[in-house]
Amino acid sequence: MTAGIQAEGLVKRFGDTTALNGVDFVARPGTVFGLLGPNGAGKTTAVRILATLLQPDSGRATVGGYDVVHAAHRVRQLIGLTGQYASVDETLTGAENLLLIGRLLGMPRADAKRRARDLLADFQLEAAGDRAAKTYSGGMRRRLDLAASLVGRPQILYLDEPTTGLDPRARTELWALIRGLVAGGATVLLTTQYLDEADQLADDIVVIDHGRVIATGTPAELKAKTGAQNLAVRPVDAEDLSLVISVVGDLTQTAPEVSGQLVTAPIADPAVVPAVVRRLDDAGVLLAGLELRGASLNEVFLSLTGHPAEELEDESEEAGRGSR
Amino acid sequence: MTAIPATTTPSALSPRVSPAEGVRQTLTLAWRTIVQVRHNPWELGDFSIQPIMFVLLFTYVFGGAIAGSTGEYLTFALPGIIVMNMLFVTMYVGTGLNTDLTKGVFDRLRSLPIARWAPLAGRIMADQVKQAWSIALLLTVGAILGFRIGTSVMGLIGAVALLLTFALAFSWVSVLVGVIAKDPEHVQIFGFTALFPVTFVSNAFVETETMPGWLQAWVKINPVTKLSDATRGLLVGGPVAEPLMASLMWALVIAGVFAPLAVWVFKRRV
Repeated sequence: MTAGIQAEGLVKRFGDTTALNGVDFVARPGTVFGLLGPNGAGKTTAVRILATLLQPDSGRATVGGYDVVHAAHRVRQLIGLTGQYASVDETLTGAENLLLIGRLLGMPRADAKRRARDLLADFQLEAAGDRAAKTYSGGMRRRLDLAASLVGRPQILYLDEPTTGLDPRARTELWALIRGLVAGGATVLLTTQYLDEADQLADDIVVIDHGRVIATGTPAELKAKTGAQNLAVRPVDAEDLSLVISVVGDLTQTAPEVSGQLVTAPIADPAVVPAVVRRLDDAGVLLAGLELRGASLNEVFLSLTGHPAEELEDESEEAGRGSR
Repeated sequence: MTAIPATTTPSALSPRVSPAEGVRQTLTLAWRTIVQVRHNPWELGDFSIQPIMFVLLFTYVFGGAIAGSTGEYLTFALPGIIVMNMLFVTMYVGTGLNTDLTKGVFDRLRSLPIARWAPLAGRIMADQVKQAWSIALLLTVGAILGFRIGTSVMGLIGAVALLLTFALAFSWVSVLVGVIAKDPEHVQIFGFTALFPVTFVSNAFVETETMPGWLQAWVKINPVTKLSDATRGLLVGGPVAEPLMASLMWALVIAGVFAPLAVWVFKRRV
């Protein structure tokens, strides 16, 4: 049986808005698949279709080999869903939420209780297990959400922007949990607008923008795709900064970016590097650091979409519902 | 990490939910709604303290003025108060449903391999439990204040069965409002603005003859009037057959109109 997720030509419209405009991708079993894009790109719509919550207008998708429309009930037995919208019941305690899901999945009461207890322990929620979920902090809520999606031991897990709004520590903790899940054999579909998150976790990435796939590959492939490299130069002495800026600018034919004492500029020709070193050496400038590095996913995103990833954060997520 | 890296190989995925599983899931979801009340004492106050307050206020504030004596008025008004309270309690189906929809709980439930109708049925079933509780509470408080059932145990059972049947039908109005409303507060606002006039322009609290003629026309066909009359007849005594039939007809009409409408709107929203 082919596990994993396959989407072919998914199209979904909401009135005049086209949320998905022919999206194809394949998530290999046992890997983390990153669906990357700015707010409003169509990520959530794609997840909702794959979670059987929405039906595509055209195209098809299979999860674990089952069609999400025609074998929806089978798909639901394979998946776990954690997202911005698929939420726990805030008025119930953490333990009751997990018990509820266990019971709905047909576990006998004792088993469901044991499963709830184990999950609370695994997610460091033991102490808060008997408190109403609405009293939880943001990080605790996400952990409970994730625990809730794991009650049925799903083979395939959808994490829709799991770390949005979390502080860096809670985020790192959640990343560790996700890595643990994949090590246990799960397939994870991760949507995120954070490039470093996709870089950290994903084996394969699909970048979507305005409902279309605009790039596919591993994080390394995507970075290599743009070809560009960056030269970063840091002088020891702040007084040399203006000289460094003019030399780097002159040799790379660009306006270098300056942050603090670090001067960076994209370079097309590797021969520029020794030239920069020579010129600065002749001028007697001491360097604290000189580095040639590949483009970050941020820059990849910029070159692919023509706009930086963060710029669009205020744009409303199409999500496929909301106040109607 | 004991529970986490435990992905099962699905031995056999079932193609659909059996009706028996659906019923069990409905019971589980009804349990959830009842458990919620424990964590939300305000709601318990709403359908416990509020009805008691109504009984006390109506009996002791209006009783003397309307019926000449508090005891006599209690006998007339308690069935009406039970009917009014029943209508208000059905609104919890809508508020609960709306909360699930707006907070995303509903999406979580729909992503689980459960019967599609179980979440809705669970809400309605939980509502029946709340209804039974409210009716019992009102009858107990009434009994303490001097209300006496003038018929028989069969009359009592009949009254409760009629009220629960009507609540079941009226729940569909609540479902519709719950699906349409933007947030749970709007469901409550509807409950007050629409249900208050409907219940008060009836003979639940005063005799029809005391109202102006143009109002009497509506009062006489108002389902609340019919239901109040039927409940009075079954609990206190008096004519039963006509108001009972009319109440059941109303329940049938309300369910017949609002159930398909609510389901249609519901399917469009989710």
